[in-house]
Amino acid sequence: MKRRDFLRNAAFAAAGTVFVPAFMKPFEALALDELSLYKNLVVVQLSGGNDGLNTVVPFGNDIYYQMRKNIAIKADDVIKLDDMQGLNPNLNCLRELYDQGWMSIINDVGYPNPDRSHFRSMDIWQTASDANQYLSTGWIGRYLDSNCAACNSPYTAIEVDDSLSLAMKGSSKKGIALKDPAALFRNTNESFFREMINGNKEHLDEDNLGYLYKTMIETSSSANYIQNTSKIYQPNYTYPTTAFSNQLKTVSKFICSGLKTRVYYVSLSGFDTHVNQNAQQGRLLQQYAEGMNAFVKDLHQNNKLEDTLVITFSEFGRRVAQNASNGTDHGTANNMFLFGGKLKKQGIYNAAPNLGDLENGDLKYQVDFREVYGTILDKWLDVNNGQVLNKRFNTLDFI
Amino acid sequence: MDRKDNFINIKHLYNRAGFGISYPELQQFSKKRLSKVTDALLNPEKPITDLNTVNKDEFIAQQALLASLGAKKEQTPQEKQQREDITKARNEKSRDLNIDWLQQMIATENPLREKMTLFWHGHFACRANHPYYAQELNNIQRKNALGGFKTLLLEVSKSPAMLDYLNNQQNRKGRPNENFARELMELFTLGRGNYTETDIKEAARSFTGWAYNKNGEFEFNQKVHDEKEKTFFGQTGLFDGEAIIDLILAKPETATFICRKLYIFFVNDTPDESHVKGLAAYFYEQKYDISAVMNKLFTADWFYAKENTANKIKSPVELLVNMSRKFYVIYNKPQILIQLQTSLGQYLFNPPNVAGWPGGRNWIDSSSLMLRMKIPSLVLNDGILDFNGKADPEDEAVIALNRKPRPRPVKSYINAKANWDRFLADLPKDMKQAELASFLLQPALDTRISDLVNHNVNLKNTAIAVTSMPEYQLC
Repeated sequence: MKRRDFLRNAAFAAAGTVFVPAFMKPFEALALDELSLYKNLVVVQLSGGNDGLNTVVPFGNDIYYQMRKNIAIKADDVIKLDDMQGLNPNLNCLRELYDQGWMSIINDVGYPNPDRSHFRSMDIWQTASDANQYLSTGWIGRYLDSNCAACNSPYTAIEVDDSLSLAMKGSSKKGIALKDPAALFRNTNESFFREMINGNKEHLDEDNLGYLYKTMIETSSSANYIQNTSKIYQPNYTYPTTAFSNQLKTVSKFICSGLKTRVYYVSLSGFDTHVNQNAQQGRLLQQYAEGMNAFVKDLHQNNKLEDTLVITFSEFGRRVAQNASNGTDHGTANNMFLFGGKLKKQGIYNAAPNLGDLENGDLKYQVDFREVYGTILDKWLDVNNGQVLNKRFNTLDFI
Repeated sequence: MDRKDNFINIKHLYNRAGFGISYPELQQFSKKRLSKVTDALLNPEKPITDLNTVNKDEFIAQQALLASLGAKKEQTPQEKQQREDITKARNEKSRDLNIDWLQQMIATENPLREKMTLFWHGHFACRANHPYYAQELNNIQRKNALGGFKTLLLEVSKSPAMLDYLNNQQNRKGRPNENFARELMELFTLGRGNYTETDIKEAARSFTGWAYNKNGEFEFNQKVHDEKEKTFFGQTGLFDGEAIIDLILAKPETATFICRKLYIFFVNDTPDESHVKGLAAYFYEQKYDISAVMNKLFTADWFYAKENTANKIKSPVELLVNMSRKFYVIYNKPQILIQLQTSLGQYLFNPPNVAGWPGGRNWIDSSSLMLRMKIPSLVLNDGILDFNGKADPEDEAVIALNRKPRPRPVKSYINAKANWDRFLADLPKDMKQAELASFLLQPALDTRISDLVNHNVNLKNTAIAVTSMPEYQLC
């Protein structure tokens, strides 16, 4: 760190707390900088409604086998985690992470009056709204809007994709979507683009034209920053060759090169398994597990796992009973996975789903997903969750 | 008003009330009085063109076949194949319907009607579970786009698309489903704060029995209608659905809510409440005549005021339609229009939720703006699109059925042709680059843009440069 930057950060860290001359506490200043300001959150979205009951299998419950005669995972095949639950064999690559204490599972995450439409339920998860409320901003977007000390640039939240999810859009600030930092860098350095933004200060008004120019200028400076910071880092870990693993590899490159980004967003599609579920879901779970295994171990090797929290969600789980086509239809509550080097409660976080107490054939939720978000906002992203979620949610004890 | 002002005003009018204007039309209309031009927009001689992508008889036959297949316990492989074929055909029709409407907007001689249809498409936002239902709802919105709001509201409420989307099909005596009643008041008419939870419950009871049959037609199901007394807005009576709609329309707040949305769509993202109030009073007084209120809006002085011009961010559909109309673009592979809509965040017939597309600055983020600025050079210069929108969540089942992990295609040839000869022939022979730039852009030219375009070797280059500018995102 250059001396001048160091001094600025030290002064910054002291502001707002009990005033201590910066030069007296250089190590604490550094610690805040390293540990608090650059903790990362990685959100992994499984689109289509992943079947949680065949992901974390309640092999200890007979009802599971009664209701899923053709598609239940045999107890012998399950990777057992305790007497009741175990992992789908296609998640074999997660076992190692689980055994290291880098993984935990929250059962039955959902929300009141669940919606079974993909689009609507994804909307609810991404905006963190109530089931009967329509928000046009996402929860990470509103985190950016909250203007916290460490989230004031567009590269604070990066989605590794061509387009930006609603989750990442705030009302005044938005994250940035990019698949390839070099391509974005080339685009924003094309001569036409440069000519448009050079010397155009007079347009930076509050009106819509000013907004467009401001977006262009921010895109350009983010592209430069991301490219120049990340190109120095040479990845040294081998990932599987799937598209999903490629996204994680890009995220790892950003994290390991020290990018001051706090939230990353990636997704894996195809979980809407109405027909012949086991082969399709198995293939996807395997891609997921192989990617996560490489990602988590890569971060560990680079000493970044302690600063990283990964969450995985899907817009809903599926019905407890299978359907007539050896698949499952849209359901409600679902499990979420957490990964990281600093999990407070490792392993299974709460009780397994109660298959004997269903609501119209669906699981009842134990944990509101906004309590999970709220916990992360409060304890990991350093912002009061009520400010982002529009009302205060209780926090949980996983970090 | 002098000629130059009229030129600017008519360009503004056609940008907002339609999808832009061609140079010869602009020349011709700027000789006329503004009120005459508005009249012609509101009362064109051209007939209304329905969408007719999905044939009703085919739809009925298909539904009957599906029902008979669904009734069987065991299906033969052929029957399973039949079902898969029907699903496939239905998905294809959905895409065709989308493209047909977009092409109709590009080609229309009735621009205000299509623009109003687009407005109602966002206002009565709906994801229909069958392209036939989606088409019929769209045709209802077009037919009544400039008619009476009550008829429009009634027909929308009775459409299978909406009955299904907002669960009124499941709304029965003793087991009310409040979804439709809630959205009717929150999003379609009154807006939050103008009704109580009791009003929603009582309205839901009144709409019991509103349903549709297997032929895709509205059918009132007397048996499940709750015939007992209801108390709605403090009044008690044996209300049915239509009575509830009458009571909602009797509240001036409905006129205000609709006029505020019209204002945001046609005038300014930030409504001037005094203008909205004036419009709403007139709309109410004219018994919710949409044509009358639009005439009032387009002839108001404030509609042409500086703060209300060149300040609206084009929606993705406006951007694509305006550009395609202006340059007479032919899409040899029209599916690209769907990829462009999803990439830009406005996939017609697939709104994010019943509240519609939020619009305004919500259209813009770093990636969507970069793509918007790239599109003119791709479409007008026949380039390659290396950008994918997100898979629509409703398509996840299709993705799940792909047995091999197949990455989505990365590059697509746009394969479109702009008719440059026709575009250039429309322009005066001695037109300067800067003149063309000020015709294509709504914001006034500054010296930076003038300097930039003066270096272009010809007008075609100027057109591509100018449409790639952030200024072109505004209308």
